[in-house]
Amino acid sequence: MKTLKQTIDKCKELSFDLNFTEAKNWKGKDNNRALIGYMPIYFPREIAHASNCLAVGILGTGDRKRIIKGDAYYQSYICRIPRGIIELALDKHFEGFDGFIFPSICDVIRNLSGMFKLLNIGNFVSYLDYPQNFNPNIGGEFYKNEINNILTNIKKINNAEVTTEKLNHSISLYNKNRKLITSIYDARQKFPWRLSAEELYYVIRAGMVIPVEDHNIILEQVYDFIQENFGEPIDKIRVIVYGSFCEQPPVSLIKTIELAGCYVVDDDFLIGSRWIEGNIDDNTDDPINAIVNAFLTKSTFSSSLYDVNNPKEDRLIELFNKRNADGIIFAAASFCDPALLDRPTLQNACEKNNIRYISFQFSENIGEFKNIKEQVGAFSDSIKLWDDELIEN
Amino acid sequence: MVEKEKSMIIQKEMISNLFKDLSTAKETGKKVVYTFVPGNLSELIHAFDMLPVYPEINALQSGMRKKSGSFIKEAERYGHSEDVCTYVKCDVGMMLKGNIGPTGEKIPSPDLLLLSYTGCFTFMKWFENLEDLYPGVEIAMLHTPYQQDGKITKEMTEYMVKQLKDEVIPKMEKVSGKKYDETKLKKILEYSVKTEDLIVKIFDTPKNIPTPIDAYFAGVYYIGPINIGFRGTIEAVEYYKELYKEINKRIELGLGPITPEGEIKEEQFRLVVEGPPNWTSFREFWKLFYDNGAVIVASSYTKVGGVYDMGFRHNPDRPLESLGEYCMNCYTNLNLPQRIELLEKCIIDYHADGFLVNSIKSCNSFSAGQLLMMRKLEEKLEIPVGFIESDLVDPRYFSYANIKNRLESFFQMLEQRKLINAN
Ligand code: SF4
Ligand code: SF4
Repeated sequence: MKTLKQTIDKCKELSFDLNFTEAKNWKGKDNNRALIGYMPIYFPREIAHASNCLAVGILGTGDRKRIIKGDAYYQSYICRIPRGIIELALDKHFEGFDGFIFPSICDVIRNLSGMFKLLNIGNFVSYLDYPQNFNPNIGGEFYKNEINNILTNIKKINNAEVTTEKLNHSISLYNKNRKLITSIYDARQKFPWRLSAEELYYVIRAGMVIPVEDHNIILEQVYDFIQENFGEPIDKIRVIVYGSFCEQPPVSLIKTIELAGCYVVDDDFLIGSRWIEGNIDDNTDDPINAIVNAFLTKSTFSSSLYDVNNPKEDRLIELFNKRNADGIIFAAASFCDPALLDRPTLQNACEKNNIRYISFQFSENIGEFKNIKEQVGAFSDSIKLWDDELIEN
Repeated sequence: MVEKEKSMIIQKEMISNLFKDLSTAKETGKKVVYTFVPGNLSELIHAFDMLPVYPEINALQSGMRKKSGSFIKEAERYGHSEDVCTYVKCDVGMMLKGNIGPTGEKIPSPDLLLLSYTGCFTFMKWFENLEDLYPGVEIAMLHTPYQQDGKITKEMTEYMVKQLKDEVIPKMEKVSGKKYDETKLKKILEYSVKTEDLIVKIFDTPKNIPTPIDAYFAGVYYIGPINIGFRGTIEAVEYYKELYKEINKRIELGLGPITPEGEIKEEQFRLVVEGPPNWTSFREFWKLFYDNGAVIVASSYTKVGGVYDMGFRHNPDRPLESLGEYCMNCYTNLNLPQRIELLEKCIIDYHADGFLVNSIKSCNSFSAGQLLMMRKLEEKLEIPVGFIESDLVDPRYFSYANIKNRLESFFQMLEQRKLINAN
């Protein structure tokens, strides 16, 4: 059995392996296997799993690769993530990938799907248009059709027969995966010092590039480890980091936040792994319908989802209370319209509810964190001071 | 001084009447629907006797009247980032400053936000913001599927029709207090078809050499009525008939386009332009082309409110289906290969000498992917391509000197190509 450190080191390596070696090795073991890359945020990986296919999360290059070609494809005022993805494609990092899924989260990702088409990358390029209508007979039917189109595309590649049993089985594996992730988040809420936000990030991100069965083993190990009583809490505030659901903050930024006096008790960095809140029915005659229903009724909140009937500001406040947090850090990628356009509404909600917050923007390749460290440090100090004052009163 | 043509006077009157109606809507009891140009459901709004407000149009008009800068700053003070779509900020800022519209009249608050978000994600965020600013307002969402595979499938149309039936129409009935009347809608759609036939003919005229119109700078005026709520009305049909008549007269006389600086006497370069124009320095921007005898013979921007030249028409026999298909057919709802195909066709059919991209800082829906589109067209057609950057309504992002330099190099390139071709 590996130690926690060994497991986390392995996850770290997997998370930033821009050659996707593990996934390619997995495919190499069987001719009928296929690989499909998916962009942020969410993709129902269950359908890929049931088709003998591995869905691999593609999150750009972060600060791990210099972008040269990608910059020639994007104007300076467009976020960083698509240029990294194009760079990876042009440098043949996706060789061996059979297809690509572009979930409908913004116009940049949408148009990137067209660029993949124009550059002839992969055997298929699917834009997965999530319904913004949550009526099962309307949006549900539409989504079902979208899923079936993707299954047809995969079938053309590996001729996999997707059965009800296989789908139910895949759903159960991802239910387990989600449950373990949720349990780890819940445990961290109580004992955030036992696993840093950085370590948690590696653990979750690794799951986007390896089979779910392997990831579940890792999650079980991590979960067991953090049940043990070790370490001591230090005087830090508890924060939620929100707005980084697509382009990822550099790991050093996550570290900086914790070093500057915060415990990150929730975040939306890799929210796709926890998109569905709770279980999807895994014992049904119509598993596709179960996946669709879960999307319609159990999706988390996000800037990419139409939400006027269930406003994200209310859900963020709910999460804040549930996590017993002290403040919220709004951290969005520069030029990210979906995240940034939500800011006034979310910040107003914080103000109405007397919740302390700070906001900043980042890009995946920033290397200088001094300002952020100062800002977060001051935020943490002000909350500590404020709380003390409250106690004194 | 350019003498105003009759069509210009008609258009001015139409728009001014609309704004007058809006300013008195609360007294007259007319219900007000805020909606967007791409995928607009003008006909349905008319069928319920409601009045449309187009926040983008207010934003662009504010840009032209030099008011957008202060609105944008207001929105930034309210918490919006410098990095996001300036149309949204201009609109939010205008609302925060009392919602006084471009004509100086107050724009009434919405009774319904009709979110037909076609071809742009930001629309959705925009209306979520408005919902926050107008708490409790009715909202109808119409999710328009993207033409990811370059076609509209049966399932996509079904999805649109179901949403219209179950979501949009019931909300409109509730807000207007009127029952949906399909016979009335069909009549309105008949006018739409006539308007669409006319607009196609009008935007076809730049195939003439010299072109009688500029299909970008003047084109944005021509698309005004069809895009801002008059599609489906007899006034629009009359306006476009008059406009077409005037243009035909110009063709007969062999005249070039009218610009604010005067007529273009000698056409030097014929261009196809991709991307919206800049509004804050619209006239200076246009003059840069005028000074060099450059005319725009086709542009993608004039297709944001509908791509009629590829054959789409509303169909009174399939009213809801055709409304849905209309939404799915707007330019930014086309995938990138389709956009390239359309631009390629324009470059060939309109005998263009070059292709120019005006890349807008605000607008990912247009801008993301433009550089690749440009490269593909250059490779395929071997024509000179040019690239400039500006913004829609944020005056901070219009750099006259920079644009002038880039355009001059582009025009030089076109000149050289002409010489090579002549030899
Ligand atoms: S970072 Fe934001 S704008 Fe950029 S691709 Fe992701 S969601 Fe879209
Ligand atoms: S992003 Fe572009 S299309 Fe969308 S609202 Fe802004 S200007 Fe309009």
